[in-house]
Amino acid sequence: MTDILNAIVALLNFVVIPGAAYGAQLALGALGVTLIYGILRFSNFAHGDTMAFGTMATILFTWGLQALGVSFGPLPTALLALPLGIAATALLTLGTDRLIYRFYRRAKAAPVVLVIVSIGVMFVLNGIVRFIIGVGDIGFDDGARFVINARDFREATGLREGLALRTTQVITLVTAAICVALLFWFLNRTRTGKSMRAFSDNEDLALLSGINPEKVVRVTWIIVAALATVAGVLYGLDKSFKAFTYFQLLLPIFAAAIVGGLGSPLGAIAGGFVIAFSEVFVTYAWKKVAGYVLPDALEPGGLVQLLSTDYKFAVSFSILILVLLFKPTGLFKGKSV
Amino acid sequence: MTRRTVVLYALMALLIIGTGLLQSWNLALSILNMGLISAIMALGVNLQWGYAGLFNVGVMGFVALGGLAAVLTAMPPVGAAWSAGGPRILLGLAIGAAILVGAVQLWQRMRPGKTRVLALLALLIAGFILYRFVFDAGVVAVEAVDSASTGYLGGLGLPVLLAWPAGGLLAAGAAWIIGKAALGLRSDYLAIATLGIAEIILAIMKNEDWLARGVKNVNAIPRPVPYEVDLQQSAGFVERAAGFGLDPVTASTLWVKVLYGGLFAVVLAVVLVLAQLALNSPWGRMMRAIRDNEVAAEAMGKDVTRRHLQIFILGSAVCGMAGAMMTTMDGQLTPTSYQPLRYTFLIWVMVIVGGSGNNLGAALGGMLVWWLWVMVEPLGLWLMQTITAPMPEGSALRDHLLDSAAHMRLMTMGIVLLLVLRFSPRGLLPER
Repeated sequence: MTDILNAIVALLNFVVIPGAAYGAQLALGALGVTLIYGILRFSNFAHGDTMAFGTMATILFTWGLQALGVSFGPLPTALLALPLGIAATALLTLGTDRLIYRFYRRAKAAPVVLVIVSIGVMFVLNGIVRFIIGVGDIGFDDGARFVINARDFREATGLREGLALRTTQVITLVTAAICVALLFWFLNRTRTGKSMRAFSDNEDLALLSGINPEKVVRVTWIIVAALATVAGVLYGLDKSFKAFTYFQLLLPIFAAAIVGGLGSPLGAIAGGFVIAFSEVFVTYAWKKVAGYVLPDALEPGGLVQLLSTDYKFAVSFSILILVLLFKPTGLFKGKSV
Repeated sequence: MTRRTVVLYALMALLIIGTGLLQSWNLALSILNMGLISAIMALGVNLQWGYAGLFNVGVMGFVALGGLAAVLTAMPPVGAAWSAGGPRILLGLAIGAAILVGAVQLWQRMRPGKTRVLALLALLIAGFILYRFVFDAGVVAVEAVDSASTGYLGGLGLPVLLAWPAGGLLAAGAAWIIGKAALGLRSDYLAIATLGIAEIILAIMKNEDWLARGVKNVNAIPRPVPYEVDLQQSAGFVERAAGFGLDPVTASTLWVKVLYGGLFAVVLAVVLVLAQLALNSPWGRMMRAIRDNEVAAEAMGKDVTRRHLQIFILGSAVCGMAGAMMTTMDGQLTPTSYQPLRYTFLIWVMVIVGGSGNNLGAALGGMLVWWLWVMVEPLGLWLMQTITAPMPEGSALRDHLLDSAAHMRLMTMGIVLLLVLRFSPRGLLPER
């Protein structure tokens, strides 16, 4: 019996909790991508670097708050700086829209042209982030590190496996849940949210019924800025901030959005968790769990790792390909063709 | 050849010559050589984007595969590694391939239903275990062979020039697989699929040490041109160098670069001529017709997906060949040096700036943007020094600005791309 409990704790500790936290971060990122896709109708390659920008802005405000002696008790100060970071990022996205994207929207440019334009924006944002904060590794999570400490857990339960629950993981899940609830409330209950959905479903009909497209686009950019900043800050708190890691998140985020169905917010959330759990599941070394569950005679010699951790991209990619082959519209009927 | 083309190419030549006169001929030749390679990559991307409107953001992956081909073709085979585990690795790979083929067959032959899914899962799981059992032991044995200097299977020991077509073939194979899966769907999907395949190719090259030593790099890839040291020791060469008033060391580095430049120029010329002929052939017209109106082309009986697959493979092969040429010039394969911003998106900037749909434009863009990429760094530093000159010595802002000058490149490239897209979307040399 204790063996089974040990196995469950090990599974929670190394697969379920990290997977859930990573999944929540991806889901928030994918929500941003999918909203842009639904309203503005292009795949925004600059999204990863928007996340990096938002995180950078939040870090700068965090440093400012810390210099003023402000702290948030056991929680990281970055949470206090988050609204400021979101505001800065919203100014940035609204600025890029005004300066760059609006021209192509008015010219009714093909979606692929907008994708190329977003690559240009990606370059510039990447440059700005590197320019302001550099390329080094920046940790900015202060406050308490653990909610449950592995050693305390072992002493309290008498199990051999420790369960560690980091503060950042709890914050990630709670914040993500709040954000998603707010977003769905906004999209389903408010007038602006409804007009956004109408615009996404059928642009011509929405215009005909007097919806102001510029307002819809502006609100979309603000929401996307908020989602990107939150996703970026949560990822940065959980791991650490590095200017170029956010570019690498682009692939799993897009995979999540497509797997869920581009343009479908619910799909983006599901896709984020599908991608995150498969990445963790395939790259986790199962030796420990197998060692508890299986009888001694069957205990595996190797690590029982399906793929080395460096292949986590391959996992999101394979899922993406499978979905493209068998269900191109994604799990939750997104937009196709 | 319009007058605009001639003038712009003359200006490009002037930029290179100016670099030679004002900075150094060594730098000018380096820029020229890499510029020629970039021009070939840009031609490959232009085939896909300019002719067919395919959005490939996995250029880096195909370039890296070309580099891998240089190692696999030109490096001498490691006999001890082959006898330790070579056959076992090959057998493992064969088993893996057989299982995948079997899975596809099973999926197509069996009737849809629960049994089919279960049979497929059983085959894949059993197959995976068998594959890992055979493959892993081989890998361990090979990587144990003198891991500090080899630890991989080595190549075929063929002349390195053969690596260039081999790089094209390897890239074409990868393009076939990815094209089969993602072409025929919406254009964004191809972009994301290619972005993914590039990362996976890189992950394989970094982790599969038995293949090309992973992050331990492969050094001393044989060269198609003489070594500088040999030139410096040849009496005839030293004499001729003295005739130009050059010391043997400088002369030998310059001469090696000139030889490389000549080889690259020949390849570029061949690719350019072929691309031009293809563009003006009925095939090229069909391609552009498909690009401009897929529905109409399909109504005329053209198999759009098939044609897209064809040109996607061709363009990727050109990129792969350029990648093999680049690794040959560097003389080493360093998987960590492949960055998507440098090898995918920069190539895109080259094509857009040069003029998509126009081969001469894409080639010009390749050279011009490469020149800019190299020059932005010293220019940025100079700019920062000018800006910070009035600031007090040792001020934090001054130091920060001077340190950040190195990051000017990305921003400049982004701004150039955005400006060209906005104000001259057809590029320097527009498609006729």
